[in-house]
Amino acid sequence: MSSRTAARPATAVGRTASQLDERLTIAAPLRRTLNKVFPDHWSFLLGEIALYSFIILLLTGTYLTFFFDASMQEIVYDGSYAPLRGIEMSRAYATSLDISFDVRGGLLMRQIHHWSALLFVASIVVHLMRTFFTGAFRKPREANWVIGVLLLLLAILEGVFGYSLPDDLLSGTGLRIINAIFLSIPVVGTWVSFAVFGGEFPGTVIIGRFYILHVLLIPGILLALIAAHLLLVVKNKHTQYPGPGRTEDNVVGKRMFPVFAAKSTGFFMVVFGLTAALGGLVQINPIWLYGPYDPSQVSAGSQPDWYVGFLDGSTRLFPPWDIYLFGYNIPPLFWPTIVLPGLLFTVLAFYPFIEAKLTKDRAHHNLLQRPRDVPVRTAIGAMALAFYTVLWISGGNDLIADKFNISLNAMTWIGRIGLIVAPPIAYWVAYRICLGLQMHDREVLEHGVETGIIRRLPHGEFIEVHQPLGPVDAHGHGSLQYGGAPVPKRMNHIGGMGRAVKGFFVPLEESQARPVTSENEKAGELTGSGRPKDPEA
Amino acid sequence: MTGFARLRKRASSGLALAIALVAVGIGYSVAAPNSSAQDAGLSVEAMAGQEIYENGCITCHGRNLQGVEDQGPSLIGVGEASVYFQVGTGRMPLVQQEAQAQRKTPAYDDAQVNQLMAYIQANGGGPQLPSEGDLRDGDLAEGGELFRLNCASCHNFVGRGGALSSGKNAPSLNESSDLDLYTAMLSGPQNMPVFGDNQLSPEDKRAVINYVQTLKETADPGGANIGRAGPVPEGLVVWVVGIVGCVIACLWVGTRS
Repeated sequence: MSSRTAARPATAVGRTASQLDERLTIAAPLRRTLNKVFPDHWSFLLGEIALYSFIILLLTGTYLTFFFDASMQEIVYDGSYAPLRGIEMSRAYATSLDISFDVRGGLLMRQIHHWSALLFVASIVVHLMRTFFTGAFRKPREANWVIGVLLLLLAILEGVFGYSLPDDLLSGTGLRIINAIFLSIPVVGTWVSFAVFGGEFPGTVIIGRFYILHVLLIPGILLALIAAHLLLVVKNKHTQYPGPGRTEDNVVGKRMFPVFAAKSTGFFMVVFGLTAALGGLVQINPIWLYGPYDPSQVSAGSQPDWYVGFLDGSTRLFPPWDIYLFGYNIPPLFWPTIVLPGLLFTVLAFYPFIEAKLTKDRAHHNLLQRPRDVPVRTAIGAMALAFYTVLWISGGNDLIADKFNISLNAMTWIGRIGLIVAPPIAYWVAYRICLGLQMHDREVLEHGVETGIIRRLPHGEFIEVHQPLGPVDAHGHGSLQYGGAPVPKRMNHIGGMGRAVKGFFVPLEESQARPVTSENEKAGELTGSGRPKDPEA
Repeated sequence: MTGFARLRKRASSGLALAIALVAVGIGYSVAAPNSSAQDAGLSVEAMAGQEIYENGCITCHGRNLQGVEDQGPSLIGVGEASVYFQVGTGRMPLVQQEAQAQRKTPAYDDAQVNQLMAYIQANGGGPQLPSEGDLRDGDLAEGGELFRLNCASCHNFVGRGGALSSGKNAPSLNESSDLDLYTAMLSGPQNMPVFGDNQLSPEDKRAVINYVQTLKETADPGGANIGRAGPVPEGLVVWVVGIVGCVIACLWVGTRS
């Protein structure tokens, strides 16, 4: 550190930085930012997958806009793809085909764009699950949870709009279903549909409208919400798992620069590489096989992308009940496609407040909870996942029926019964697993780690030697308290007590193992449970 | 009108009905095929076919091809195209009574299939195999349009098949030969509607076949086609490869405990 009197830096870089700082005064905030500490845990990187997918989406999407024309004007195709030459289609579909066959790198860009869109929503869901199961949404982070739920909702909408743009037979079928969902809204349905489609379905404006929503409005809101999401993380500081030295009032981890920045950059490269590999190697949404949209045509197995699959499933499972309320017909489609997601997302968004209300927990929380330590929440989460999974599988139940030779009707009934039966079972199983894991942690704290060493005592009894985790009392019981932190379960596994051993697949360095037997040996004779013998006994 | 007049009017209308019935009866006996006469006039090939029929098919389709209730339909008038499709693709004879016959290794060789075809054709006629010529001799793009309009709703965009109700399905067209496709359209096997020459002209059929077979033989420009079955396998890939891959990368980059 140079003192303030020796202000003139020696190097050119230093002089430039000094010039900049004199004008912008960025040195202090920049240093604060670069020194900011982030806790280091693999599960904290899940949200980053979503961020990086979003960046990839912006880059590839921009490239696609150079060549895509969101027009529903009918033209005759005359491009490279022979099986469609001479067919009437919209300019939107024709330019999508041109991107796929006649634009250099166009197909790769389209495929990367689509894969990263699927990955974007999937990683948001995984990140949401991490946040939920560790209780990271508790005070003071409820606002960020709500923003996260909004991001998920917008990401799904953004995906739906993108899915509709190429105007192929698959996306047109999706539009037809969107139209049907609008129509199912009681009283105002017809007007909503006419307003969105500019008249009768399909009309001539819907692709253009969805296009501007897809490339400008929703990405803009997404970008703003992502910025707010990240700023709130900085403002509230990142949560951390409980462990030695970690309290509600500190953050233990790596500085933003260089370690965290290097790790994140590397991770971005990995995500980009994986998405690009998928885009280059695995075909996605082959619109040329689908043909142009024509309301008189439909294909078997017309499905939405995975993130809308659960609504397709709910539609397939819901019974065909025509309900009349106040003299108005409520079409069966209304319940599974509008009421159900409305309820699901409302409960999801308000979950932090519901939980706080029920547990009367109004405290600040910066330490996370391990899922096993909050069995009820974990079990509720498992129940919700079971419910979602049944809906999701049912969304593709025709393909499952076809490929696995199951009757489609049987699949529908499996879904209907599963939707009611699976969640309580999932609740019970998750609850018991949580309790079991907790009990095992407590047992290890009390009795030590199983060493796998069997010893025969002079009187012929066989016992397993246990390695205590810390100091033991006169009875050989460990005196460590259960603190909601990971407990070492294997020999030479030191948990949060020391630095992790380097190496991913194989250890790259010697572990700082504590000798197994040294203390036990000194203690002399062992009891039947493998603890040092009580001297008074 | 007097009672007598009413009676006379009733008698005359009864007479007219009787005359009409007799006329229809005579017309029918002249026009309708006479099965006992045809039995006598079977060709050698058809007689060989009849022998196969009586060994392998008679249980379900009945002694005189009239069908057996709840077991097999009547085969009178189904034509040789139907026999070619059902027996040639191994669907018939059935392994068991089930929702739908599946394609399998044929139980009869080509010569035997021909004999069966001759026998069935000799009993009531019906759709015949197309005359010689290239079965793919049709416009590719128009075939695609016809396929999407008539076939895709059950067989998927490119003929990978799809589920129907109660265990029935529209099979994948992946293994189908040109003639399989043609005879299927002509005879409408199982749950498939008949696409007679009035619905799809022979040229249309050839165009559809051209489209299906060309797509089958076309490489996928985007890479592995993961079944050409739409977004469901894509969703599977993004979770199994994408998310699992990213989580492994997380474990690699981040700390694990």
